[in-house]
Amino acid sequence: MAAELRQPQETTDQFGDIRSIASDYKYGFKDKEDYVFKSGRGLTEEIVRSISSMKNEPEWMLKFRLRALDIFRKKPMPTWGNCKLLGDIDFDNIFYYIKPSEKGEKNWDEVPEGIKQTFDRLGIPEAERKFLAGVTAQYESEVVYHSIREDLEKQGVIFLDMDSGLREHEDIVREHFATVIPSADNKFSALNSAVWSGGSFIWVPSGVKVEIPLQAYFRINAENMGQFERTLIIAEPGSYVHYIEGCTAPVYSTDSLHSAVVELIAKKGAHIRYTTIQNWSKNVYNLVTKRAVAHEDAKVEWIDGNLGSKLTMKYPAIYLVGQRAHGEVLSVALSGSDQHQDAGAKIIHAAPNTTSTIVSKSISKDGGRASYRGLIKVYPEAKNSKSSVRCDALLLDEASRSDTYPTMEVDEKEVTIEHEATVSKVGEEQLFYLMSRGLTEAEAKAMIVNGFFEPFTKELPLEYAVELNRLIQLEMEGSVG
Amino acid sequence: MAAQEPLLKIEDLWVSVEGKDILKGVNLTINPGEVHAIMGRNGSGKSTLSYTLMGHPRYSINRGSILFKGEEIGDLPPDERAKKGLALAFQYPVAIPGVSVSNFLRASVKAVRGKEIPVKEFRQELKAQMALLEVKDEFLSRYINDGFSGGEKKRLEILQMTLLKPALAVLDETDSGLDIDALKVVSSGINTLATKETAVLLITHYQRILNYVKPDFVHVFQSGQIVKTGGSELSEELEERGYDWVTQELTPSGVA
Repeated sequence: MAAELRQPQETTDQFGDIRSIASDYKYGFKDKEDYVFKSGRGLTEEIVRSISSMKNEPEWMLKFRLRALDIFRKKPMPTWGNCKLLGDIDFDNIFYYIKPSEKGEKNWDEVPEGIKQTFDRLGIPEAERKFLAGVTAQYESEVVYHSIREDLEKQGVIFLDMDSGLREHEDIVREHFATVIPSADNKFSALNSAVWSGGSFIWVPSGVKVEIPLQAYFRINAENMGQFERTLIIAEPGSYVHYIEGCTAPVYSTDSLHSAVVELIAKKGAHIRYTTIQNWSKNVYNLVTKRAVAHEDAKVEWIDGNLGSKLTMKYPAIYLVGQRAHGEVLSVALSGSDQHQDAGAKIIHAAPNTTSTIVSKSISKDGGRASYRGLIKVYPEAKNSKSSVRCDALLLDEASRSDTYPTMEVDEKEVTIEHEATVSKVGEEQLFYLMSRGLTEAEAKAMIVNGFFEPFTKELPLEYAVELNRLIQLEMEGSVG
Repeated sequence: MAAQEPLLKIEDLWVSVEGKDILKGVNLTINPGEVHAIMGRNGSGKSTLSYTLMGHPRYSINRGSILFKGEEIGDLPPDERAKKGLALAFQYPVAIPGVSVSNFLRASVKAVRGKEIPVKEFRQELKAQMALLEVKDEFLSRYINDGFSGGEKKRLEILQMTLLKPALAVLDETDSGLDIDALKVVSSGINTLATKETAVLLITHYQRILNYVKPDFVHVFQSGQIVKTGGSELSEELEERGYDWVTQELTPSGVA
């Protein structure tokens, strides 16, 4: 990636004029509902059938959905994570499918005006003009806008919403869909499999390197909405792609549910980087299953930022199934009042000479809770595998909480596994030092926190790094005095 | 000088840390542009004075006053004191991982001067000061004090002083832990800093920095008080005769 997309040294204005923004969640606005179709509350077989028929899906997909519905109904809730909050989810109160417009557009001017304005406020068309190679914008259950740069299209890169992907490339989809995450993996992957809609389908041909990121943006608007996008990325041998997703929702007093399934397949020597900036409002349950398979000499990176939501349970996984495959998970979580970020990573070493790195950084404040939950598994014969895990937690006050739940299952002797975990508090001496240089307490805290997250932000395109630093600054303003 | 309002006037200052009295009636007056040195043994309370001046939250003022530019600053948070023109070069500056020196310096200069400085202008100013302190460019992209040697930390402290141009720079043991070459560089930085606009309060345990920086006044600090004040000749006398000489002078029995 070009140097200008790196963390700026001189140009970032860390203390721009952002104090004028009153609320500490600036994406909490909502639009009037004006939809083509909105299902009733609750989940029925009829809803699953009508989603499939509205999308004109092939029979095998309908069967897949119905089987998944059955699995969802039979599977118990997870008995780990935040059971109390999981138990509060009222599946009968959720809208499972909302179709906001007739079709996905290739031109912003053809997107319904209200929805277009929302994405304007979120800065998506602007970002697209500046530094993205392709964009999908999903609103409720459907993608309302979609584009890809012509040169990529000419090279054979496919970047579509998942529904169009199924319609236009059924053979590729059928070959790979749900091969990484079967419906029965967990209760929420089953739910997604039954009612999925939208998400991205990406296929990168052999040897093609997509140097500029592709982005998807997910917006929930309606109250008690359930958003279940489905993403499948296939990188053919020797190819590269960087995919970025962002998400926000209005603030409501009752809960919404976001439950995605994301599957990545990196074939021999391919490289996939998947970046997430999750910034749901604090009434959204974010229960997501993300998993990648890395074949011989392939590399997969999950760059995962969790700032929003009420409860996030998400553990991006990488199955290293080919020799010398490499996996990295770099995640940060910011947990404020009434938030629990239960995030982590899973790496499975299933071939010799595979390597992995996990870096997890969490900040808890105002009584928030952040948990790291991770698994390193090494299968017999995965000789000379190396893994390094590092978890750093920063507590901003006494009321906040941080936990670490690391699991190691190592069935091979010739391996190197390192694990390090630290918990620290924002030091009085650090605050004093920065304040003695003229920074207010909020500015000083924001600077320390931004520094703590720096290993993450420096991996983001510049625009996202600046935005993330601003979000943190806002959060700190809100938590002082 | 006499008609001028003092820059700093400390009167009968009593300070405790966690219930323990450390400063016991400090009196000190500094006029604009003067260079003062406070000398004293380790544990005599010198650093407590510097932390109290800057407003460290753990130091409580129990009696007395600190007037800076005629205004009581004892209740102000550190950032407001900084904005009024007070600065402290730390004896043990802390590391702040992930925050680059250049971002920090720019934020700090902006906060203290109360306005944005154009990037180019700031760069030029910074480069000039860095050259003077023999600081390499790569310094700027490193994290604040993270993995810095003792000498690098002290240079960064003095660099900040020269950028912030405070009305009073308090330098807490800036000379400690420096080899002779680093001491010369840092001293020349201090001499550049000490102008009509910037008064300096140099707190030190050793006389040797005073070979390079000439104070207008030398104070001897002992048991939480200034016990003796003189000109720069006092530091030489201390060097020759040791702190015990002052102690004996004050307590004829020789028992401190």
